Amino acid sequence: MSVLRIQNLQAYYQSTLYGVTRNVKAVDGVSLDLRANEIYGIAGESSCGKTSLIKVVFGAIKPPLTIIGGRVLYQINDRDFDITQTNDETLRQMRWKQVSYILQGSMSLLNPVRRVRKTFWDFTKAHEPVIEPEKFEATTREHLNRLGLPAEVLDSYPHQLSGGMKQRVAIALATIFQPKVILADEPTTALDVVVQRGVLQLLRRIQQETKNTLVIVTHDMGIHANIADRVGIMYAGRIVEEGTVKHIFSEPRHPYTKHLIQSLPKIGDKSKRQSIPGAPPNLADPPAGCRFHPRCPYAKPICSVQTPELSPIQDERRVACFLLTKENAHVS
Amino acid sequence: MGKSFLTYVIQRIAQCLLVVIIGITITFLIPRFSPTDPVEAVVNRAMMMGQFSHPDAVEMMKDALTKLYGLDGTLGQQYVRFWRGLLSGDLGPSLSSFPKPVMSLIRGSLPWTGALLLTTAIIAWVTGNMLGALAGYYADKRWSHVLSIIAMSLHPIPYYIMAFVLLVLLAYVIPVFPLGGAVAIGLKPGFNWIYISSILRHAFLPALSLVLVGIGGWFVGMRALVTNIVSEDYVTYAEYAGVPNRTIMYQYVMKNALLPQITGLAMQLGLIFNGALITEYVFNYPGLGYLAYSAIFAGDYSLIMGVAVFSIIGVSLAVLLVDLAYPLFDPRVKHQ
Amino acid sequence: MRGFLRVVADLYRSDPRCRFAFTAISIVIMFALMSFVSPQDPGSSYYAPPNQPPSVAHPFGTNSRGQDMFWFLTFAVRNSLVFGVITAILSRIIAISIGLIAGYKGGIIDRIMMVINDSFVVLPVLPLLILINFIIREQMSILQLAMVIAAFGWAWDARLIRSQVLSLKEREFTYTSVFSGTKTSSILISEHLPFVMPIVLSTTINNLLWAIGMEVTLAVLGLSNIGIPTIGTTIYWANQHQALISGVWWWIAAPVAISVLLFVALYLLVVGLGAYLDPRTRLQRMKGVLSDERA
Ligand SMILES: Nc1ncnc2c1ncn2[C@@H]1O[C@H](COP(=O)(O)OP(=O)(O)OP(=O)(O)O)[C@@H](O)[C@H]1O
Ligand code: SF4
Ligand SMILES: [Mg+2]
Repeated sequence: MSVLRIQNLQAYYQSTLYGVTRNVKAVDGVSLDLRANEIYGIAGESSCGKTSLIKVVFGAIKPPLTIIGGRVLYQINDRDFDITQTNDETLRQMRWKQVSYILQGSMSLLNPVRRVRKTFWDFTKAHEPVIEPEKFEATTREHLNRLGLPAEVLDSYPHQLSGGMKQRVAIALATIFQPKVILADEPTTALDVVVQRGVLQLLRRIQQETKNTLVIVTHDMGIHANIADRVGIMYAGRIVEEGTVKHIFSEPRHPYTKHLIQSLPKIGDKSKRQSIPGAPPNLADPPAGCRFHPRCPYAKPICSVQTPELSPIQDERRVACFLLTKENAHVS
Repeated sequence: MGKSFLTYVIQRIAQCLLVVIIGITITFLIPRFSPTDPVEAVVNRAMMMGQFSHPDAVEMMKDALTKLYGLDGTLGQQYVRFWRGLLSGDLGPSLSSFPKPVMSLIRGSLPWTGALLLTTAIIAWVTGNMLGALAGYYADKRWSHVLSIIAMSLHPIPYYIMAFVLLVLLAYVIPVFPLGGAVAIGLKPGFNWIYISSILRHAFLPALSLVLVGIGGWFVGMRALVTNIVSEDYVTYAEYAGVPNRTIMYQYVMKNALLPQITGLAMQLGLIFNGALITEYVFNYPGLGYLAYSAIFAGDYSLIMGVAVFSIIGVSLAVLLVDLAYPLFDPRVKHQ
Repeated sequence: MRGFLRVVADLYRSDPRCRFAFTAISIVIMFALMSFVSPQDPGSSYYAPPNQPPSVAHPFGTNSRGQDMFWFLTFAVRNSLVFGVITAILSRIIAISIGLIAGYKGGIIDRIMMVINDSFVVLPVLPLLILINFIIREQMSILQLAMVIAAFGWAWDARLIRSQVLSLKEREFTYTSVFSGTKTSSILISEHLPFVMPIVLSTTINNLLWAIGMEVTLAVLGLSNIGIPTIGTTIYWANQHQALISGVWWWIAAPVAISVLLFVALYLLVVGLGAYLDPRTRLQRMKGVLSDERA
């Protein structure tokens, strides 16, 4: 059952400098179906538009980020809410109860001059304005306890917590109301490997308990392999391949995905990993056709003219590449 | 990092002592290393005014002054004597109000300067920061731009000119405030409304000129700080979570933006003090500034020395107080 | 130099505050330059009828000593500007040396230098200047006054420059230079100075502002060489002749108006420059430029 449907979403950063308008096409035609009770990973190199996509999905759309087209539909009580069209008050009510967002750069999500308890109080009050202090204290402690966090963090200031603990507290803050969808943007990037594992376990635990939808955004394929159920690969503002984690890693189909998987370090493999020549395109002026064609070793003439659609090629698997889509399979 | 609260306090006290020592040593060295020595300067000025001219009298005068100013003996001896006098509260007699000791003149004017400086610095700091924070939080509103323009035109005006313009406008052209002094002449000191209101009326213009210049600076600084802090991750996170604007403004934005402004206050106290001195002169306000001016006018060297020394001590102590108050606002220093 | 012109052009184009500042400063400088074609020597007096209000013949009126305020002030403004610039340059030399050395050497040297530096930051300077000028005012030339004031005007900026160096030090290029055995002094000059220059520029203007204000203050107290025409000594003489009481208000209004214009303009330039140098806006601008170039 899908809880969140993203349909042909386009969102650009529009800016005008000295009278010239510039469009950075950070999200350009993304369609995804997210289901209840799954962990969905979004992967892709830096600057491919992951954070921009998540922002739009959260309804955090303010200039220069502008919606050009498409919809983001949340299913709430069997009705669809398009978050790109809702008013501020509905948005405020949806957030944290329906959908939470743990921002990228999470070492600084906590106010340095406020005790953690006060921050929990602020966040709780925002949605339950009449809660009594005793009730608040009890539910907050219970919540922390459920997540395996010590209640003492409530008395601390952020600087007294370790990096991993700060991140856990930020996650706890995002889940006080057990939202249906949790968007986590690079939740472990700033942490060292041992701490990373703990934070990932925490996220998985939350997901398993509440059976909600967890969207994890990271460029780190290792994390996706570790935690995700399904993975979407993003390249230059578009999803180029989607599949179950097993399929993506065991038999990647899109040339870009292949490259990503091949470049993962493997135990015992001493051969030098090859890298694709060239750099990701400038999203202010992306190449026509398949955006990967300037770097693609298999590019055909059509690739620089037509845009491959993200099309199903088997169960749970969609790919946007002319090598694989059926209509074009016989052309080549 | 890893610095305990106690270390912080000790460090601040040490820094304060150092400022006092460096400042007072400079004060000690200036007359001893300047191309003309103060005795020469004072005697020349006295001779120009035709007070005495007999060569023997001049010589005697010079000897007496050299002794009086503590300029006899080796540099080391002088330095020790200087500190000993200072620590025992003895800065010698004032020549212009002989035989009144310099200390008692300073004691008489210190409270006026202290009160003026303290109230204006606090009023300017609080108002400037409040307005600046609002203007920064609502940076794209029209009134925010208007306020900024006003603040940016007030702040760079030197204290002297601000005081002078206010004096001309509100005491000469539209005489709503007295021309100068601290209370109406002939009024008996007492705890009654007439006396207090007279003090307030007299203090109003000097205070206003100090406040206007001060507000401008704090406003501009705070507005810039706030426009930066509103894009910090913790502010965005709270906004996304639906925390009300008021809470975000005060607890998330302002509390963080105030920290550099507190440090700024400590750093600027010396400058603000300079402003108070010159403002007192413009309004004949009987504080240290006015005392300094009468000392310059009367060629009273030891009084000028005294004013310099006590300015340094006073400002350093005020800075220390602000520094010690800082941990109350920054948990990173208090709770380690 | 081309970089500098580009910055000026950028500032002029993008920031109305800077546009005002550039215009006002140009006017003041032009005014000061007119002293070179002045028909009157500032030392001579009673060449015009005294106490004349502003008129076509005397745009700023004349003072009680029969001097034309317009031409007199061209000299006063010129001297104040020259004084300010000399002070700013001298104190820059101290501030840059201390900032670069402390920032680069680090460790105990840095600690000691900064503790002393901070003492100079909080020290109330006016009483000390009063003391110095009280003793040696008569003989003081503009250069000497500049030296005295510069000696107390560097501490704040030295700290700024040091912190700038500290952030630069972390960059790779210094390490490579250190490994390749380049001398400290040449690292300082060839690698760090260009990055520190923008900060230096902004603090220089600030310092100029402070110095000219300080001159006015000392002059008004009668503590500078009152024989040299400056903005400060002009006000001093007007006060001595009780210009306001005798109704010769233009004697004081003219220098006050010019100095307010100058102060506000210089300050707006500092603010505009500050916004221009702010890493955040700077980054945005650079992003814009970079992707434009890539596109
Ligand atoms: N505020 C903005 N204004 C203009 N362009 C922006 C802005 N924010 C991001 N971009 C551009 O949009 C593109 C996508 O950025 P985004 O942050 O979504 O990438 P990302 O995949 O999250 O990268 P990372 O892994 O570095 O977080 C980039 O080219 C970026 O430069
Ligand atoms: S569509 Fe063409 S260019 Fe794009 S990935 Fe497939 S083969 Fe390569
Ligand atoms: Mg990102």
